[in-house]
Amino acid sequence: MPGPSFVRREILPERAPPVFASGPVLWLRENLFSTWFNTTLTLLSLGFVWYVFGHTLPWIVQSSWTANSLTECRQQIAASHGPGTSGACWAVIRERYLQLIFGFYPSRLYWRPILAFVLTLAALCPILFTGLPRRLLWLSATAPFFVPWLLWGGSLWGLVAVALGFFLGYVAFRLVTPLVGELGGAIAAGLLPVLWWLFGAGPAAGLMQSILPLGIETVTSRAFGGFMLSITIGIVAITCSLPIGILLALGRQSDLFIVKTICVGFIEFIRGVPLITLLFVASLLLNYFLPPGTDFDIILRVVIMVTLFASAYMAEVIRGGLAALPKGQYEAADALGLDYWKAQRLIIMPQVLKISIPGIVSTFIGVFKDTTLVSIIGLLDPLGFSNAIRADTAWNGIVWELYGFIAAVFFMFCFAMSRYSMYLERKLATEHR
Amino acid sequence: MTSMTDPPKQTLRLGMLIHDTRYRSLTIQIVVLAVFMLLAAWLISNTIQNLAALGKPISFDFLSSAAQYDINQTLIAYDNQDSHLRAAIVGLLNTLLVAVLGCALATLVGVLVGVLRLSKNWLIARIMAAYVEIFRNVPVLLWVVFAMAILIETLPMPRDFRGEDATASMLLGDSIAITNRGVYVPEPLFARSLGDFPVFGAFGISLDFLAILAVLVGGFATSAAIRRRAERIQNATGTRPTTWHLRLAVIVLSPVALLAALGFHLGYPELRGFNFQGGIHLRNSLLALWLALSFYTAAFIAEIVRAGILAIPKSQTEAATALGLRPHRTMRLVILPQALRVIIPPLISQYLNLTKNSSLAIAVGYMDITGTLGGITLNQTGRELECVLLLMLVYLIISLIISAVMNWYNSRVKLVER
Repeated sequence: MPGPSFVRREILPERAPPVFASGPVLWLRENLFSTWFNTTLTLLSLGFVWYVFGHTLPWIVQSSWTANSLTECRQQIAASHGPGTSGACWAVIRERYLQLIFGFYPSRLYWRPILAFVLTLAALCPILFTGLPRRLLWLSATAPFFVPWLLWGGSLWGLVAVALGFFLGYVAFRLVTPLVGELGGAIAAGLLPVLWWLFGAGPAAGLMQSILPLGIETVTSRAFGGFMLSITIGIVAITCSLPIGILLALGRQSDLFIVKTICVGFIEFIRGVPLITLLFVASLLLNYFLPPGTDFDIILRVVIMVTLFASAYMAEVIRGGLAALPKGQYEAADALGLDYWKAQRLIIMPQVLKISIPGIVSTFIGVFKDTTLVSIIGLLDPLGFSNAIRADTAWNGIVWELYGFIAAVFFMFCFAMSRYSMYLERKLATEHR
Repeated sequence: MTSMTDPPKQTLRLGMLIHDTRYRSLTIQIVVLAVFMLLAAWLISNTIQNLAALGKPISFDFLSSAAQYDINQTLIAYDNQDSHLRAAIVGLLNTLLVAVLGCALATLVGVLVGVLRLSKNWLIARIMAAYVEIFRNVPVLLWVVFAMAILIETLPMPRDFRGEDATASMLLGDSIAITNRGVYVPEPLFARSLGDFPVFGAFGISLDFLAILAVLVGGFATSAAIRRRAERIQNATGTRPTTWHLRLAVIVLSPVALLAALGFHLGYPELRGFNFQGGIHLRNSLLALWLALSFYTAAFIAEIVRAGILAIPKSQTEAATALGLRPHRTMRLVILPQALRVIIPPLISQYLNLTKNSSLAIAVGYMDITGTLGGITLNQTGRELECVLLLMLVYLIISLIISAVMNWYNSRVKLVER
C-alpha cells in the first residue's frame, strides 16, 4: 500500500483564538447572554439600571443648594434647568446638617464631640488593627474616661474619682490575693471600687473641686441629638454588650442549675419582646424600680436598656460559637489541668470569638441601627429631627433628600462594619492554608 | 474489705465549701440565688413604694372601662365605648395582620432575590447584591417612615381623579385607586350571605369566608386522594390513569360553584365627595409598614436562602444525576429537602423579628397592639407599669409560640448522627 501522499513536516504557527472564545466577548457571552432566558434577564436589568440612574443622576445634579425653603428650591431649579425639571433640594441638608449631626449641642462647643469622636476612633484603631504598636492600647484604656467627660462636661475631678475606683480595684486585687487566694482577691477587687463609687467618689470629687476648680462647661442630655446621639448610644451599647453577652452565654452553658435558669430566663425574655417595649421601660418605668427620689439621666436609662437588649442577642451568638466548637477542645483543656476560667480564657474563648465574628458584627450593626428607635420615646436622633424638619413650613413636603441623607450616613457606618468583619474573618482564617 | 489505697474518710469542713469542687458549685449557686432574690426583692419593694407614693397601686381594672378612643382600622367590630381590653385585642389582630402579610411578601421577595443573587447572570447578581446591602444596612424604622413619607407626598390626591382634566386615573378598569390617602381595592360582597358566626359572643367570623376556606381545603384533600388512588392503580397495573382534569375540576369548580351560590360580586371604590367610598381601604400606615418590613426582612431572607443553597455540595446534584434523576426531580427530591433543613430555622427567626419589628407601627400611626395598649390606653389611663407588662407578655407569648414551632421543626428534621 502506498503511504499518504503528503505529510506535514513543520508545526503550524499558533493562531489567536476566535473572537468569540476569549476576552471580553467570551465573558459577555458566558455571563450575560448564555441562553435566551439569560439574555432576557440581562436586557430587563439593563433597562432597570437605565431607568433608575436616568432618573436619579439628573435629579441629584440639577439641584439647589442655596434656597431657604422648598418653594424657593423649586423656583431656582425651574429657573436654571427649565420648568418642569425635578431636582434635589439639597438646601435643606445645608441648612440643617449641623442639627442632624449635633442636635441642640451648643455650637461653640462643637469641638468637644468632634474631639471625642476622633479620640474614640483613635482608641478603636489599636483594637481593630493588630498591626499597630501595642503601646497604643493605653489610649484605648483611657479613652472611655475622657469621652463621656468631653461630651457631658463637668468637673475633671469626677473623672479622676471614677478612674481611681478602677485603680483601687487593681490595688486591692494585688494586695489581697497573696493573703487569702485568688477568689478573695477577686471579691475584694469587685467590692472595693463599688463601695468607693457609691460612698467615696462623690464627696471626694466635690471636695477637690472646691479646693481646685478644674472642669469644662456642663451640657445636659437634653441638648444631645442627631447622629452624635446615635453614635454615643451605639458605641456604649456595643462595647458593654460583648463582655456581658459572653458571661450570659457561659452562664447558659454552665452546669450550675440556678445560674443556668437565671441566664436562660433573662436571654429568652429580652429576645422575646421588641426593643420598643424595653425603651418604654427606660422612659416610663425605670425610675419606679429604683429607690424613691432617684431620677437619673434619660440617655443613661436608654443606654442601659439597649445594652441589656444587645447582650441577650450577643449571648445567643456566643452560645452558637460555644456549641460549634468541637468537644475535643474542652477535653484537651481539661486534660492540660486548666481550671474553668483559664480554660475559657486560653483555649475556648479565642476560638469561639473567632468563629462567631460574623454573628457578633451583625449584632453590632443591628444595635447601631436600632438606636433610631429612641426617636419614638422622644429623643431627637436623626429620625426625630427629620420629623421636626418635615413639620417646618419652609420644608413641608420634603422626602427624598432628607431621608436619603440619613440613610446614606447609616449605610456608610453599617457597611464599613460589615466589611471590617469580612477583613477580620480572612485575617483570622487558620484552616485550609 | 478496706484496702490500703482508700482515701481516709473526711468530715465536711467549712473550707471544703469553697475549695472542694464537689461542694463549690453548690456554694456558688446558693450565693447567686441569694443575690438574685435580694435584687428582685429590692426592685419590687422600690416599685411598690413608688407606686404607693403616687397613689396608684397595681390594678388591671382599667381594662374593663370604656376606651373612649377610635381605631381607624379594625378587623372586628369596635367602637369607642368598648373596653380597653377589646381595643387591645383589636390592636393585637392588627399586629397579626401586618405580621402575616409581611411574612408572606418577605418570603416571596426574599426567595426571589436569594435565588437571583446566585444567578450566573453577572448583572442581575450584582443588582440583587446591591438590593441586599442597601436594605440591610439602613435601619428598618427609617424605611418605615420613609415609605410613609413617599406614600403621602408623591401619590396623587383623591381630587386629582376628578373631572375632565384628571391628572390621575384608576387602574385595572376603574377598580383600584392609588391615592395619597391610601389604596382602594374592590371588596368581595355576597348577595346571599350566610351571616356571621359569633365566637364567645364577642366578635363574629364571616361564615362566607369560612365556607370558602372549607371548600378549598376539601378540594385539595379530594385532589390528593385522587392522586393517591392513581398511584395505587399505577403500582398495581403499571398504567397511570389520567387524573389532571378531575383534580383541576375538584380544585377550581367547587369553589366557583360556592361563590355563585353565595352571590359573589365585587364592590368597586368610587369617588364621592372629597374621597373614595366603597371597596377596601388599605391605609397608608398599613401599606408603609407592610412594604417597609417586607422589603427589609426580604434582604435578610435572601441571604438565608443563598446560604442554604450554597450549603448543599455540588456532589449531591452529581450523585442525583448519576442515579438518573431528571433536573426537576433532583431539585425536588435531593436539593430542596437538604437546603430547607438549613433555611427554615433562620427563616422562622426572621419571621419572629418581623413580628417584633411590627411594633414600629407606632411611628406611622398604625394601630397595632403597641399603638393601642402601649400608646393611647397607656397615655389615657396613666397605667404605665400594667400596660407595658401586658404588652411585653403579649409579645413574649407570640415569640414563644414561634419558637415552639421552630423547635418542633428542628427536632423533626434533625439528622440522626452516628
